[in-house]
Amino acid sequence: MSAGEGSLAARAQDAVSGEVSGDAPASAARRLSRRLPRLGISRTLALALALPLAAALGWEAAVAAGLAQGRLLPPPSRVLATFADLQARGELVLHVATTLWRVLVGFGLGAGAGLLLGALCGASRPARETLDPTLQALRAIPSIAWVPLFILWLGIFEASKVALIAVGVFFPVYLGVCDAIRSIDRKLLEVSRVFRLSRVETARRILVPAVLPETITALRSGLGLGFMFVVAAEFMGASEGLGYLLVDGQQMGKPDQILAAIVAFALLGKACDLVLVAATRPLVAWQDVARDRL
Amino acid sequence: MLAIERLSKTYADGKRALAEVDLDVRRGEIVAIVGGSGCGKTTLMRLLAGLDRPSAGTIAIDGEPVRDPHPKIGVVFQEPRLLPWLDVARNVGFGLSRLPAAERAARVADALARVGLSEHAERLPRDLSGGQQQRVAIARAFAAGPEVLLLDEPFSALDAFTRADLHAHLLSLWKATGLTIVIVTHDVAEAVMLADRVIVMRPDPGRIHDEIEVLLARPRERASPGVEAVSRTLYAALDEARRPAARESEQEPAGLWW
Ligand SMILES: Nc1ncnc2c1ncn2[C@@H]1O[C@H](COP(=O)(O)OP(=O)(O)O)[C@@H](O)[C@H]1O
Ligand SMILES: [Mg+2]
Repeated sequence: MSAGEGSLAARAQDAVSGEVSGDAPASAARRLSRRLPRLGISRTLALALALPLAAALGWEAAVAAGLAQGRLLPPPSRVLATFADLQARGELVLHVATTLWRVLVGFGLGAGAGLLLGALCGASRPARETLDPTLQALRAIPSIAWVPLFILWLGIFEASKVALIAVGVFFPVYLGVCDAIRSIDRKLLEVSRVFRLSRVETARRILVPAVLPETITALRSGLGLGFMFVVAAEFMGASEGLGYLLVDGQQMGKPDQILAAIVAFALLGKACDLVLVAATRPLVAWQDVARDRL
Repeated sequence: MLAIERLSKTYADGKRALAEVDLDVRRGEIVAIVGGSGCGKTTLMRLLAGLDRPSAGTIAIDGEPVRDPHPKIGVVFQEPRLLPWLDVARNVGFGLSRLPAAERAARVADALARVGLSEHAERLPRDLSGGQQQRVAIARAFAAGPEVLLLDEPFSALDAFTRADLHAHLLSLWKATGLTIVIVTHDVAEAVMLADRVIVMRPDPGRIHDEIEVLLARPRERASPGVEAVSRTLYAALDEARRPAARESEQEPAGLWW
């Protein structure tokens, strides 16, 4: 799980730096996109979509022309038809809503605990020395290994699933917040001492804003892991949810349903990430300004 | 107004950064502290700011001991240390949260005007030049209404033009308010241009080597004979301070300290 987490964190990093390089191409292009911001954005978008669209259309054409069978890898039209079918039977909303609910509750619990313990361990040395070794040891356990125990403890239904997701979300958030607080600039803390701020005021006016960017990155990693773990959770026995659609599609030999579920996961995950980023953007706007200038 | 008596600081690793420093700073005076690197200037400033505790000796401001940051003492660090998420006006008002909003706004506006940054009140620190950022830092310290302003090499990262500009801002602030200023610098010209009195320090352990009164009228011209004469005296004192063994133990062979 630590490897998965590493690559997720790396991906989050990539996403961030991707934005940077996307926002700061060669100066001529930048001037152009500043004058025509809409054009600049749609150009980026078009480039980003070119490859997947070409692949989808190519596959569609190949199957239509009889060059390929498309039984194991159905063409986009069949996947869309499956979406339409699920929607018509009223199942799409149910599965999406179920999965989303599980992720959000698990994310809420895991992120809440991660923020709390991360802040505690970051701010207090005794707390860190007491808690961190244990938490690090627990982190070394692949989270899926908890599944049998969670099922014994919490039953086969929602609680065990939410618990697994919460565990997955917890660690990146905990680590991110703890590190962010520990690496805060001592020089800024001295500014607060010079103006004789109380501990609470220092936390509110310096600590919190200073660690916000890293905290948000940690939350995004956590959310990504939440989606990873909801699949695992729904694999272990669910009667609804996108993960159920995956298992059902495999057992019933419906690759179009599997692909539809995969696409739904991708869209749902991206949408949740976008909401998180948009909701927190005002808090770190001061940083985005710097990014635009890079 | 600032009384420093037998002030010593020995760090945990046994380094004697300051030993038996005595210094009185008069109200309204500008004192410059010069000396090579490592002779305890920053250590002295941090003790005066109440950010560190002395190993021995006392600091008092108007008779009150300074052991923690004191409301009468304002600090400008070598780096601006602005909060990147606050705009200029909020940075300047950072130390004023105890005041009612109206008074805070008035003080911020006044401080910004004094450093010539009124029109930049809503910009973020990232969008300012280094000199402008340091002016914000001065305004922030000043806005809190200190009686003594401590500056530790505040302009050393800036180019000569910006530095001269900031000297002018600092002097006009001083003239208008009667502030007492203690400024650390390694720039002799800066010391002579600004100070009423220059304290020359020497290292190992850090202590006061010499004290030079600058009895020149203001405004001072960089190229005037008076400024050049004081600069020469100051260079000579700094040279002397850099040769520790020569003065203390004249009987030793002169070549040893090479
Ligand atoms: N926190 C510290 N711990 C140990 N030694 C220190 C510490 N801070 C400074 N020193 C040492 O004390 C001496 C004086 O340092 P400092 O006051 O920073 O000098 P200056 O500002 O004049 O260059 C130096 O030799 C420095 O290495
Ligand atoms: Mg120094």
